[in-house]
Amino acid sequence: MSDNRPAMPTAPYAITTDRLSLDDLIQAVTMESSDEVGPGGITTFVGVVRNENAGRRVLRLEYEGYEPLALRAFERIGTETTDRWDVRVALHHRLGTLQIGEASVMIATASPHRADAFAACRYVIERVKQIAPVWKHEFFEGGDVWIEGATADPDDDAARQDAVRVAGLE
Amino acid sequence: MSDATHGAGVTIRLFARLKDIAGTGELIRETPSGATARTVWDTLVSEFSELAGYASSVSVAVNQEYSRMDAPVAAGDEIAFLPPVSGG
Repeated sequence: MSDNRPAMPTAPYAITTDRLSLDDLIQAVTMESSDEVGPGGITTFVGVVRNENAGRRVLRLEYEGYEPLALRAFERIGTETTDRWDVRVALHHRLGTLQIGEASVMIATASPHRADAFAACRYVIERVKQIAPVWKHEFFEGGDVWIEGATADPDDDAARQDAVRVAGLE
Repeated sequence: MSDATHGAGVTIRLFARLKDIAGTGELIRETPSGATARTVWDTLVSEFSELAGYASSVSVAVNQEYSRMDAPVAAGDEIAFLPPVSGG
């Protein structure tokens, strides 16, 4: 804090057409709280637009989302994560037209201990891919296609257990 | 919308390829009493037959919460149909 303004609270969950900022997420997971042990480490994940998909040369992605449901899905993912690991979670997703290399999603998990921060961060991105109501419209050399991945079902326990397994601690 | 009355209908939201198939992301349709989300989906499929291919993969949200096809719906509700997601 180089000036005297109070720190603006940064939303832990966001879906926006604005460029994402990792600083915002780190601030969201490191806000002071006197009644708990503070972070000892922060794990971050930045998903970026890749120039290739399924053998196609990707030109750009256009992300569409159902914003109010996405925010609720993010909150749900955050609660699932904090129920399992001793972490704070921030998750921001971008919408709109993104060029190759631009960040589409950012996750930060802060924990007193690094193992929880790493596992939780992986869990969050797996759950985003399972249940966040967001879609990639891929524009590639020669055409375009809507990418369709997982049927979104937050109550699908098998999917949730898959994400826990991938996260690597259980 | 000559075939629907705002006050008596449900608002249907469509996304991604479902929106492309229907040619719009938002429709208003009347629903009979006792309707469920599936009633609304079946109405859509009868209008846009290509949607039938999503019968086993579509998800539904009612009033901006994930729901089930057998959930009751009524006038004023917002029913969203979601193809398989691909965020991240």
